[in-house]
Amino acid sequence: MYRAPIPVVGLLLIASLATSPVQSEALKDLYFGEALYYAHQGYYFEALERLDTEVSQHNGLDEPELDTLFFHMDDAEFSLGDFELRYRMHHRAGRAITAVLEGAVDEVVRNDAAYRLARIHFQKGQMEDALLALERIDGKIPESIREDIEFLRANVYLAQEKPAESFEVLKRLQGSKSFGGFAAYNLGIAYLQDGQREQAIEQLDRAGRIDTDDPAELAIRDKANLVLGTILLEDGNYDSAMPYLNRVRLDGPFSNQALLSAGWASLSTENYQRAVVPWSILAQREVTDAATQEAMLALPYAYGKLDVHGRAAIHYGQALDAFGAEVDKLNESIESIREGLFLEALVREEIRKDKDWVIRLRALPETPETYYMMELLATHDFQTGLQNYLDLADLRKKLVSWQSSFDAFDDMVDIRHDHYEPLLPEVDTKFRELDSRLRLRREQHKMLVRRRDDLLTTPRPEFLATREELEVLARIEHIEAQLAHASTPYEGALVLRMQRLKGLLTWTLETEYHERLTEFDQNLRTLNEAMAVAQTEYDEFVRSRQAATHSFQGYETPISRLRGRVSEAIQKVDLLMKRQGRQLEIVAIDELMARRGRLENYRDKARFALADSYDRATQAQARSEVQ
Amino acid sequence: MSRLIRTLMLLVLAGGPFATGAAQDISRDDMRSLDGQVQEIKSDVLSIASDLSNLEERLLYPSNTQVALFVAIDDDEDFRLDAVKIEINGELATHHIYSFKELEALQKGGVQRIYTGNVATGDHQLSVTMVGKLKNGTEFNKTDQFSFAKGVEPKALGITLAGPGLGKTGIQLGDW
Repeated sequence: MYRAPIPVVGLLLIASLATSPVQSEALKDLYFGEALYYAHQGYYFEALERLDTEVSQHNGLDEPELDTLFFHMDDAEFSLGDFELRYRMHHRAGRAITAVLEGAVDEVVRNDAAYRLARIHFQKGQMEDALLALERIDGKIPESIREDIEFLRANVYLAQEKPAESFEVLKRLQGSKSFGGFAAYNLGIAYLQDGQREQAIEQLDRAGRIDTDDPAELAIRDKANLVLGTILLEDGNYDSAMPYLNRVRLDGPFSNQALLSAGWASLSTENYQRAVVPWSILAQREVTDAATQEAMLALPYAYGKLDVHGRAAIHYGQALDAFGAEVDKLNESIESIREGLFLEALVREEIRKDKDWVIRLRALPETPETYYMMELLATHDFQTGLQNYLDLADLRKKLVSWQSSFDAFDDMVDIRHDHYEPLLPEVDTKFRELDSRLRLRREQHKMLVRRRDDLLTTPRPEFLATREELEVLARIEHIEAQLAHASTPYEGALVLRMQRLKGLLTWTLETEYHERLTEFDQNLRTLNEAMAVAQTEYDEFVRSRQAATHSFQGYETPISRLRGRVSEAIQKVDLLMKRQGRQLEIVAIDELMARRGRLENYRDKARFALADSYDRATQAQARSEVQ
Repeated sequence: MSRLIRTLMLLVLAGGPFATGAAQDISRDDMRSLDGQVQEIKSDVLSIASDLSNLEERLLYPSNTQVALFVAIDDDEDFRLDAVKIEINGELATHHIYSFKELEALQKGGVQRIYTGNVATGDHQLSVTMVGKLKNGTEFNKTDQFSFAKGVEPKALGITLAGPGLGKTGIQLGDW
């Protein structure tokens, strides 16, 4: 009849897994830092989108070692898995971490990846796979996750109903700062699962006495005491159960259950007076709580046993009124869920900004359905469904906002097109002129460079003659040719004069050759600089021309494709939201109907007991009058 | 009444109120299958988001004019950053006031892309002002001027801010 509270173990583990994303000491990649910035704020969609893009770009590089992400690749791949896990994308998270695990990484990184993979399998309920991943851990283990690994291992054994395998691990973790309280409790549960009732009682007793001021450990201590009290109650050891139930704090999360059980333990030993005490406290608490409702019925029953029928009748009357009001509230709630108000309340942005939004839901007067669902909201399956619904609502919001931005993109492209299109023909005409002039200059420049290089190896002084010298030389050659065919008495003297002039010119060219070559080289260098400036301006012009074209050309297809994908995604999201919402509504209505059924049953019993109490009170009064 | 006691005892010992399995009408397989489909659509939308970002970048911030400014902070318990104002060539580029969550993300090592815009190739002036409070409640603000050169490729500049307690220059600019 007793059910070991294993789900609590699992939930505690999941809570304890919420570690911070990996972070390197010195950040070298801004884009990785940007992804972390979003992740640290809990915006995992944005973090994933940026990191995914960054990692993909890095993987596509020819020389990835020159990229700044290279220094963070291990962290980045881990973080991808982490973010995917936190964004509840277990399939992708598993793949990402498996990829790290199977890559050529060092022992520490591999072990860390194996642990993360095991965690994912555990959360998905795939215990065999979780164990296989844990078995891959070998060699050097990072200190920060050493205990986490052991605690996870123990929980996998417990979830597999192999409690004996978890004993040693849990014993070792007893002294752990982070897991001591949980390990002590889990060891008690493990003994219980293994049928070792005596050891379970001893261990839960130890777990119920741990000295701590940590709220989570205080809660687990209360849980240990409640479970132990309940076991003893089940065994019929009512008196032994009392001290453990009394150990549970009155303001803790298990207080109501403990008060209820304490009342039953006293009642079972026919100590009705003592039973009245915890039930009186409990009957004053939140009326929607199942334990409170039970106490409202149990308290007058105890008064009846004490023969205080008048007071019993008053309390039965109060219970009857309260149950009636609660049944009405539940009817309203069921109706409200059927009308879709529950889902509407869930997606309200102003509520979800608060970290305690689930608790605040019950404070909303227009959402009475949440009054009875606090415990349901806390169950893992419902949480998964609920989170999925909320994620889908967020995705829908994003997609709708993107859809509207496509119209703005279209407008932008049209405006640019209308602006640039008429200007481009004139720009192109000027560009063609500039282009042909620059090409000519480039050819001339190349020829001069070639000539300078030739002169360096084969000196040709006449190549460096000035325009006047070239003219003089041409003239001398022309006169020489004329003299060759002329017959004149002055021929000899004229030839001599020509030779003298030619000699003078040759002398000048030869003696000034090096000086002229140096000057030529210097001029050429200045020209190189001018050519470089001209080339830069040319390139800039080409880029501006391209930018103008690129600012409005080539967008039609990607915009239209994306528009189609977004609209398709909205349809899918709508469908999934409908299905997920329906699931949540069914679960919620089932839960409320079960609670209503129980309350109706209580109400019937209260009505009958009220009449009975009045009869007994009247009879008692009559008897006392006779006496 | 003894039946009532038995019923109540059973409820107590059955443990959680959800032992009755509220979701009997919905199988676990149905839930898993739906969960799988939700994961798939998340993947699809992430891919759309990535393509959309690329398109936006091409359309709004072409690489030859793109400049992106990032802000990181040095861990300094004595200084709380409240706001950052950035001007490029004397024009206000951005003025950001930090929420608690954003500040915490920066303190944990996150880097905020505070501005993406367009500037022409060539040299530009950057003015960064940080405003905050010291541990003793004194207001602290500091402005520094920097210059940077924009080439034809996208420009990413990292601004690191530190309080006066760390003994470093309060605002540092790094090229990335």
